Amino acid sequence: MARTDRIAEPWGTRTPYGPGEEWPTRVDVHLADGLTEDDVDRWEQSASILHSNGDGLDIAVKDDRIVGVRGRAVDRVNHGRLGPKDLFGWQANNSPDRLTTPLIRRNGKLVETDWDTAMDAVVGRAKELLAEQGPSAISFYTTGQLFLEEYYTLGLIAHGGIGTNHVDGNTRLCTATAAAALKESFASDGQPGSYTDIDSADVIALYGHNMAETQTVLWTRILDRLAGPNPPKVICVDPRQTPVARHATVHLAPRPGTNVMLMNALLHEILANGWIDAEYVKAHAVGYDELVQRVEDYPPELAAEICDVPVAQIREAARIIGTAERLLSSALQGFYQANQSTAAAVQINNIHILRGMLGKPGCGILQMNGQPTAQNTRECGADGDLPAFRNWSNEEHVEDLARVWNIDPMDIPHYSPPTHAMQMFRYAEEGSIRFMWVQATNPAVSMPELGRMREILAQDRLFLVVQDIFLSETAQLADVVLPAATWGEKTGTFTNVDRTVHLSEKAVEPPGAAKPDLDIFLDFARRMGLKDKDGRPLVKWSTPEEAFEGWKECTRGRPCDYTGLSYDKLRGGSGIQWLCNDEHPDGTEHIYVDGQFWSAPDYCESYGRDLVTGAPLSPVEYKAMNPSGKAVLKAAEYLPPHEVVSQDYPFQLMTGRTLYHFHTRTKTARAPQLQKAAPEVWVEMSASDAADRGFAEGDLLEVSTARGRVEAKLRISGIRPGAIFLPFHYGYWDEPSGHEPDGKRGRAANELTITDWDPASKQPIFKTAAAAVRRLAKADGPSAAPTTTGSRPVVDGVPPTTGGPAAMSTETLSTETLGTEEIATVAGGAR
Amino acid sequence: MKLDLAIEELHRSENHLAGVLLAMSDRHKADHEVFHVARDIARWSQDHVQRLAAAGQEFGLDLDPEPKGDPTVLEKARQKASDLMGRSSAPGLLLLADLRHVYREASGVSLDWELLAQAAQGARKQELLQLAKRCHPDTLRQVRWANGKLKESATQVLVG
Repeated sequence: MARTDRIAEPWGTRTPYGPGEEWPTRVDVHLADGLTEDDVDRWEQSASILHSNGDGLDIAVKDDRIVGVRGRAVDRVNHGRLGPKDLFGWQANNSPDRLTTPLIRRNGKLVETDWDTAMDAVVGRAKELLAEQGPSAISFYTTGQLFLEEYYTLGLIAHGGIGTNHVDGNTRLCTATAAAALKESFASDGQPGSYTDIDSADVIALYGHNMAETQTVLWTRILDRLAGPNPPKVICVDPRQTPVARHATVHLAPRPGTNVMLMNALLHEILANGWIDAEYVKAHAVGYDELVQRVEDYPPELAAEICDVPVAQIREAARIIGTAERLLSSALQGFYQANQSTAAAVQINNIHILRGMLGKPGCGILQMNGQPTAQNTRECGADGDLPAFRNWSNEEHVEDLARVWNIDPMDIPHYSPPTHAMQMFRYAEEGSIRFMWVQATNPAVSMPELGRMREILAQDRLFLVVQDIFLSETAQLADVVLPAATWGEKTGTFTNVDRTVHLSEKAVEPPGAAKPDLDIFLDFARRMGLKDKDGRPLVKWSTPEEAFEGWKECTRGRPCDYTGLSYDKLRGGSGIQWLCNDEHPDGTEHIYVDGQFWSAPDYCESYGRDLVTGAPLSPVEYKAMNPSGKAVLKAAEYLPPHEVVSQDYPFQLMTGRTLYHFHTRTKTARAPQLQKAAPEVWVEMSASDAADRGFAEGDLLEVSTARGRVEAKLRISGIRPGAIFLPFHYGYWDEPSGHEPDGKRGRAANELTITDWDPASKQPIFKTAAAAVRRLAKADGPSAAPTTTGSRPVVDGVPPTTGGPAAMSTETLSTETLGTEEIATVAGGAR
Repeated sequence: MKLDLAIEELHRSENHLAGVLLAMSDRHKADHEVFHVARDIARWSQDHVQRLAAAGQEFGLDLDPEPKGDPTVLEKARQKASDLMGRSSAPGLLLLADLRHVYREASGVSLDWELLAQAAQGARKQELLQLAKRCHPDTLRQVRWANGKLKESATQVLVG
């Protein structure tokens, strides 16, 4: 058993393994100061909630309080490992400033009240608006952090009960493009890949995906392959020198906004060299000729110039990808939050279709999620989709859903795609949405162009309900605040990016009068008097397990079939991958085996959209294009970003995350080890740009765009010249001003971002804004940015990020559980 | 042979469509997707204008390859006004009217491309046929965009 500072060594100790071998087990534990595993009263099964990886863990409980976590050795996702946010983030549950009672606005101020008063206000306003304007006045803006049962209930209430089309999640900011790209290529959501593909892949390509920081345990799996025999080659596309880039065989650092240009050049090379599986393409794909024609116009020389990447690197990357025997690809925000996001992500799918690398070990695509339960937001119909991947423009699907819900098909709005979040805020801005219920998300910090966002949220004519566990910036603007229970205080299931479903048990009581989100929704439905067509209550369940059983029925026969799962089956062992039914009782590791897709016109979730205009294809157009349910090779032309640099704004600003924080820090800033590791905002710039301006590490800079100003200390990092980076986690709740900048300059990156989104996925663009930089004061020391991550300094004299005694956690390697000594190869930390 | 007339008419109608899209974009600055996409796809029409001018030379036409510009000052004024207006509900109806207009203009251009393609086939003008094959799909995408956006926006504007 080793004790490791898991702030200093986020990925922990290496357990090397070779291709085709089982990933060794390493059980990570962190308990409150002074406690050992023997002191724990009981362990409750769960999985991680502060990222999307879905690490199986047990919650330690002592004296009815959460006192720590332990990775689950049996779980297929993590084999016992935990990341820093798993190890330390649970402490936020016990934070003294949790919301414990409902709040209501009286004379301009939020004051404490009881549930009856708060819910009467919510229901009263909803009924008033339904009578006056109808369902178009009502909107729900949810999250990627509730449980499956809660999303499904919310989708039923909103779509089937209220009849509004305005339901979306903050998944719009994180995972919308993943879903959109899968729908374009395979006409349905659902990940082709499995985490186990890492075990046998010989090439792993990460596109705009800083996996080392966003899914630390998944990256640990790759590090262990890299430390073992016959390691895979790694291709990294990222304008920053991330930990992934530092381990890459080829690191492409394109100019922000040029991903489609780069991808088309890679495809150009792959096609020109004949690195394709022609038989597979002929049998299982449509759109080949159009793709060939399109990428003909994108030779590597052109991409080298536009992307500012050496042409030899593009060729080398294409050769490695093109000659891979088992190719695993993943993508995240560097693609999803960038210019032409869906078009770029689709080209990754195209590579796999062309090379026939789908549906078998080592050959997978992981169009990643950013949040723990984002997959469920998508599956359950809480994010601008209908439940269980039903197609809103297929009348039969809507009728089938109406049958499951026992309502009239006309009660389910399906005249147009469900309203996406960016459009919901636009409707609120122009005044036609007058009721917005926000759950477990913080648009006053996370949405683009915060000056505009605050104006929208603060309008008197908008009735704002916020359901959360802390008084976030958004909650401070609410008319009613509903205190919610969180992970560990309620029961439910959730699904990670590789379709693994986990059960999360209630371990302790929520604080004060806080309630599980499910109970809040059920209370709302009851008070609204929502009924089915026979006059019975619309929502037919009152517990999470009953809701899960209801959801199972909704998924029967659909791609995400959950009918073979149950709470009992999920208890005790590992998480299980859907599709899980009578035919596949143990779940499904790979979908799309032998080129069998879910894309038949009468079965598919989506007919796709035009990648430039976003116009949906009609059923007739789709049937003509893909009559027999093949994969779709979809070509895209490159378009330059809408906001380009100028003399006044010479830098390209990107925003993003750091390993130690999640979202707007509502939980992670309340975990002392995490907060100390990344205590304040910083801005990254390359050494050459800093030298040109005479800036030094730690100088206080002002970063400005046409929309606002932020001040931050400079970290001179390995980012590409011409680009600058701001982490998006820092808002105002722990500043005196509360919910907005105090004085001239803010610290939230989104003061600066542009309101612009991808027309196909509707995901906002956070990776290209034209920005200016000037110095406000010379350094009095280095910036506090972490040194372990993408913000690693390139100049000397910056003290390394460590966690000290408070961050020591135990690691037990599998060899020890068998009773042998620590294996000799253990080196500690990343290689 | 009246191929020159068909080319000249398309050159005019594509120029006009680009102008319609840009003017619409300026009028809807607060509707961010409309603002940006209308500009992106106006570029297709501008590209067609250039290609048509080049193609016209063979038929004795002297067409301006430069797409008609939009006066910048006016453009900025329109954008500012639409940004300020964007907080009221009136722009919704204007948006529907503008999308309807784009749909009709783009449909006209689409028909013009069909005419040109038919004539090029009849006259065995391979290059001209290729030009039609290359450009006409863009026009159809413009039509579908206007139609799709209209459907998506109509309910909230008319019922909301």
